[in-house]
Amino acid sequence: MIKGNFIDNLPKVYGIYTGGFLGFIIIMAIGEQMGMTAKTIGICFVAFTVAIYAIIGYLSRTAQADAYYVAGRQVPTVFNGMATAADWMSGASFVAMAGGIYFKGYGYMALLVGWTGGYVLVASLLAPYLRKFGCYTVPDFIGTRYGGNLTRFLAVVVLTVASFTYVTAQINATGTIASVALDIPFQYAVYVGLISILLCSMLGGMRGVTWTQVAQYIVLIIAYLLPVFWISNKIGAGFFPHFMLADEVARIGELEQQFGFVKNAAADLKTVPKGLAGITKAHSAVNATPWGFISLALAMMMGTASLPHVMMRYFTTPSVKAARKSVGWSLFFIFLLYSSAPMLATLSKLSLMDPTLSTGIIGKSITDVQAIDWYQNWNSANLMFISDFNGNGTLELNEFFMGGKAVVLATPEIAGLPYVISGLVAAGGMAAAMSTADGLILAIANAISHDVYYKIIDPKAETAKRLVVARVLLVVIGFAGATIAAMEIQGILGSVIWAFDFAMSGLFFPLVLGVWWKRANREGAIAGMALGLASGMGYLIWVRNGGSGFLGITQLTFGIFGSAVSLVSMVVVSLITSEPSAATQRMVDEVRVPSGRSIIGKQ
Amino acid sequence: MSKQAQHWEKTRGLLMMTLAIWFVFSIGIFLFGAEMNEVTGPFGYPLTYWFTCQGSLGIFVILIFWFANRQEKIDEEFGFSERGDD
Repeated sequence: MIKGNFIDNLPKVYGIYTGGFLGFIIIMAIGEQMGMTAKTIGICFVAFTVAIYAIIGYLSRTAQADAYYVAGRQVPTVFNGMATAADWMSGASFVAMAGGIYFKGYGYMALLVGWTGGYVLVASLLAPYLRKFGCYTVPDFIGTRYGGNLTRFLAVVVLTVASFTYVTAQINATGTIASVALDIPFQYAVYVGLISILLCSMLGGMRGVTWTQVAQYIVLIIAYLLPVFWISNKIGAGFFPHFMLADEVARIGELEQQFGFVKNAAADLKTVPKGLAGITKAHSAVNATPWGFISLALAMMMGTASLPHVMMRYFTTPSVKAARKSVGWSLFFIFLLYSSAPMLATLSKLSLMDPTLSTGIIGKSITDVQAIDWYQNWNSANLMFISDFNGNGTLELNEFFMGGKAVVLATPEIAGLPYVISGLVAAGGMAAAMSTADGLILAIANAISHDVYYKIIDPKAETAKRLVVARVLLVVIGFAGATIAAMEIQGILGSVIWAFDFAMSGLFFPLVLGVWWKRANREGAIAGMALGLASGMGYLIWVRNGGSGFLGITQLTFGIFGSAVSLVSMVVVSLITSEPSAATQRMVDEVRVPSGRSIIGKQ
Repeated sequence: MSKQAQHWEKTRGLLMMTLAIWFVFSIGIFLFGAEMNEVTGPFGYPLTYWFTCQGSLGIFVILIFWFANRQEKIDEEFGFSERGDD
């Protein structure tokens, strides 16, 4: 079905798609007026969108290696930007980010700066050069630039450790949303999520993932922005919240003063369900030390530039020039959501805190709040909790607890928006988690099938056989991820941040120096990857087991230590061993020139 | 100096400039987060707060497009530009 002229028709195809989706939202809204239940609306939203992705995945099926691994290298810049944005913004960004800002304020917003600033490094240090290289996967670059199977293999190891940590969190998020929207137990919902994910990627590989990710971006950005604008208008905060919430931010500051941050007794806190938190930090005050903020932002930026599922999106553009521009578009599309998250956090907090608003609950009587419908719903979903610790019959600021996810999932309902919006938000969260999981599973499966199987084990394998191996791996890795996700070992956000630290520990300097330092050689790269990953992981284990850490490096920023070790060992080992061969040096020279044929195509 | 070496020197210059701007808005200003937050920033938000939710993020977007255009000019100057458009 997808023909050569499909690329020229992209704006039209996705224009019709967007119109169709908006039409679907309107139909659901009419359905709600006519008495459709909340549950039916939720199921319709998730089922309808997932069915569309599955159709796109089926239409993108392919038997060609070029299409399977790099979408035929013909994805236009703007569309690749959208796909990267969906690839990038995970369940954590969509569901948990506004919640993090809501509870932790400034210290948490280091993630906003880190997850956007990293793209400057991607654009200037890496993406155009790796595109010129013409590789299928990130380990493909490492293996060809430094030579030898060991370098290639180590790159696959780092990639797998980082991406697998990340993907369990994403499958966990799809499971959470599927279990709420479809009303099935989490252990089964995880596999429903997984099957939806595989439907997008299995037949079409990178081509299928690209076109479903564009579709998923459209759903997720509508689902995020519509409630933010609607709530802002509804409570009279301003019709364009991003530019008009200064008074609301100041008002929250006043209310914080008025209510005060009372510290709860440990015994009282024990009665609060696990995972819920209260507001304990000022909304817009600077509440972290400069190094605390900067170290987290820096770790996320360097991690961004080392995560293979992002980098491989830029292998799909038609040219080096297009790869550079495409990074700009990616960040633009990410910016649309990230700049809205703090606004959502502000609106959500104000709706709950301000006694002059009809939605405000702080300062009201406990029994009144307990009688509110939405409180009962979210309390039974274990995402909200109140308790009269001081026994005065009134709900105080320190007596209200909420789960991080609830800020995105529950705010529309709290602000009195129709249920259709909550259904839309569920579809958006599902799209965000699915698109990232797809990119990650594909990155791992491609690296193992292309770099380990094809390049190391059986270099003579035919395309058909290679693609069968790639697809089998896709399913195996997906199921492994889902099984671990079903065990619910750690929270969504913690494991996402670890993935960045793992990636930067092992890959940042081997990638960057591969382009920017001609003297970097095989031995150096091996040392950089192995020691970087090992020391980063060692530091994490040490701190997790009660180690005190040093230089203020925590379990969230251990990549700073890992990458420092990686840099030093790579430079030292490179310098004490012989310089790379003349052929390798010529190859680096060629990578630096944007025009001409790709490096790998020549060999 | 060969054409290629000159091209690389200019490319490296652009990289340094890009990274310097990046450094200021991702790291530099946050050294003074507490002091800066006393100042009222654009649209009336506290300044540091504004940078974390919009300012730095928006500057990064503009910076990447600016970088891409400058790099294209350098490539054209040395005849290394690719045919065809995005």
